[in-house]
Amino acid sequence: MQNADREINKEKISVAEMAKQILEQGRADRLMGWKRGEFFYDNSPAVFENLSELDDFVYDLFCGSNLSKFLVKESRKDGKIAVLLKPCDRYSFNQLVKEHRIIKDNVLPVEIDCDGMLDIDKIRALGIKGIKKITVDGDQLQIDTVYGPKTCAREDVLLMKCLTCKDRVGGDRFELVKEIEAMSSVERYEFWRSELSKCIRCNACRNVCPACTCEKCVFDNDKSGIANKANTDSFEESLYHMIRAFHVAGRCTDCGECTRVCPQNIPLHLINRKIIKDLNEFYGEYQAGEDDFSKGPLTRFDLDDVEPDIVMERGGNK
Amino acid sequence: MSAQILTVKMENIGNLFKAIAADQKLYLPLEQAGQVQFLPYDPADDSQKVRLDVLNTVRSAKDLFFPQSENMVAFKKQGKKIDIIENREKVEAFTVFGVRACDARSFDILDRVFLSEPVDVSYAERRARGTVVTLACNEPEETCFCETFGIDAAKPDGDITTWIADGLLWWQANTNKGVKLTDKLLSVDAGLFVDSTGEAKALEEQQEKIREIISQLPLHGLSLEYFHKEELKTIFNSPKWQELSEACIGCGTCTFVCPTCQCYDIRDYDTGNGVQRYRCWDSCMYSDFVMMAHGNPRTSQVERFRQRFMHKLVYYPANNEGIFSCVGCGRCLAKCPSSMNIVKVAKTIGGEANV
Amino acid sequence: MSIENKEFKPLIVAFCCNWCSYAGADLAGTSRLAYPAEIKIIRVPCSCRVNPMFVLRAFQRGADGVIIAGCHPGDCHYTTGNYYARRRMTLLFSMLDFFGIEKERTRVDWVSAAEGVKFSTVMNDFSKKIHELGENRRLGDLRCKMPIEK
Repeated sequence: MQNADREINKEKISVAEMAKQILEQGRADRLMGWKRGEFFYDNSPAVFENLSELDDFVYDLFCGSNLSKFLVKESRKDGKIAVLLKPCDRYSFNQLVKEHRIIKDNVLPVEIDCDGMLDIDKIRALGIKGIKKITVDGDQLQIDTVYGPKTCAREDVLLMKCLTCKDRVGGDRFELVKEIEAMSSVERYEFWRSELSKCIRCNACRNVCPACTCEKCVFDNDKSGIANKANTDSFEESLYHMIRAFHVAGRCTDCGECTRVCPQNIPLHLINRKIIKDLNEFYGEYQAGEDDFSKGPLTRFDLDDVEPDIVMERGGNK
Repeated sequence: MSAQILTVKMENIGNLFKAIAADQKLYLPLEQAGQVQFLPYDPADDSQKVRLDVLNTVRSAKDLFFPQSENMVAFKKQGKKIDIIENREKVEAFTVFGVRACDARSFDILDRVFLSEPVDVSYAERRARGTVVTLACNEPEETCFCETFGIDAAKPDGDITTWIADGLLWWQANTNKGVKLTDKLLSVDAGLFVDSTGEAKALEEQQEKIREIISQLPLHGLSLEYFHKEELKTIFNSPKWQELSEACIGCGTCTFVCPTCQCYDIRDYDTGNGVQRYRCWDSCMYSDFVMMAHGNPRTSQVERFRQRFMHKLVYYPANNEGIFSCVGCGRCLAKCPSSMNIVKVAKTIGGEANV
Repeated sequence: MSIENKEFKPLIVAFCCNWCSYAGADLAGTSRLAYPAEIKIIRVPCSCRVNPMFVLRAFQRGADGVIIAGCHPGDCHYTTGNYYARRRMTLLFSMLDFFGIEKERTRVDWVSAAEGVKFSTVMNDFSKKIHELGENRRLGDLRCKMPIEK
């Protein structure tokens, strides 16, 4: 990681304490973090401007959202803003700095630790309802609900992105991609039809994506010919996700926000991971956001790059 | 109104579905790639998974009356002549089973918009041909707050109300449409139902249980009275909108999962061999919402964000005898990418006035 | 709407670089080499001009196959355009394959202005492939395929 002007938590104080010190010592005028929600699991991203506002500050197991993209707007306001970045969020931050979308001079990045965030939707999907409280008990979660106590394994309800955390030795993040690649063409088609036909075009994946920062999206631009607000045809369901994935190709840091926010639980990250896997195989390993200066794989080339025919020869049968 | 209460054993519920689906489309909460939606039931398809245990479908039941997109009319140009071709989808009679109390109430809110002059023909047609069978919520979630709007999850509205209790499905028709469906089912298969009128002790116990659970939910007692009492301008000018909207990413999730959001856009699609005019849901969170020739009246996210909640909590009640345009289904609480929702807004704007 | 009964007449879109393949098509014509009429050529200033969305738009509007023809690597009129196009299209086609779109429906080939014969061979070959695959049913807007009716 490049930037020298980063806050690193050397004394291992709590994140809340760090936030307090930053505002107290005037190292930044504002601080971007998370605000306690109505329940214990619905923390929202928030900007804190003074110490009294920090009473609602929270950093716990439900701070999965990536704050980097908010800085596109926030770094253009007056004064300096401190931002809390989990290890995985730093990639998006770097990428946005690289693309000149974040004004670096106005931001104080603060690196914080993370042990993996929980996914309330996964807990609900286990059939656990009326959740009141969760306590971590080693690898297990003790869940207090309106319908009595429940337990589940922490591993089973981690956010998708945490399962293959870039900063830990996680599982193979391309495992599912490989599984889909191994299907027949018809099976792949049917898999994506059943997933993408759930899409309600809420644009949450686009709006949360740190790589999607166009001032005017092609899908909002009436002159583009493909602008629409609903999927009026099955083609539009596919088109939207194809264009979106391809537009962030080579810039996607695999932060997993698209899948986290999808109200229909479409595994959108698989499309991005497929592209990342291809880029790695064809043009050498590349991690977008690893630094804030290198050229991405689609903005450079080699004289002896593979020919497009390679798609015909590679695995996946007809 | 019939006070007759019928029962059918839960293990025979498949027969009930088959009987309803015999001559009309039946929508049930079915699983699709891991998510539960109201989808057409196919008696011949064994792979369909009916999920009556899931409280809320991701998309609400409003989809069936006000679909996300529908064709209105098409135009075809031949030389200097333009043909206008009506190709609106024909609406057949249908039944939807498993609608929850909150969604059932949402139809009243939509009716006030679409059935008042000028009447929306598509919506009116679907309302006239659709029979709503509701299902009481045995296991309300922590995100539920339908009680705030006077909705009783233990006794939902709808043409027919059903309950699951004691291994039985209890069935009670509330409207003429409901009686008609019940009579038709009985005429097809007289042995389908058992008449349990007067023996509904298990049902009453279940209702008590539901009301008991609701009184323990975290949002129990939430009041929105502040929005009835306070002046529109004071709410509109509250400085708190700014901080609330900071988390909003401007997506349309809340509007599209909401059972009471009713805004739509009318668009033309050039198919290459004509023009298809269709309407589709729109979201006040989008930058091109109510776009006009001069531009957009709400240029920042804070204005758009405020519009949504002002509409639900202030403008709609002002025009509709104080009825809020929210039914407390909790979908936006569960689905917002930033976890910003109507409860947080109500509590922050209303401050101490709202518990 | 009797699409089924009709004999399959594919629609193939060929994006041809102005400086090579488009001239190659000209040469094929003046040399009286035949290539199928179902191939519709769109002239672009460079293979690099082909935005991936052009390819998808072609499919949306009912194309059964899309081919991009550019200058041989190293011969780009703008020095490097086709190198970028090569990466971009490789990635796009691989992604379409991942979505279950038959991979034979897309192709990139390098045809110079002097290769009239190659142009005709490539186009005939591609068209044959599309005929074998039949109608594209997996990626296209139905509204564009169907005539507007009641």
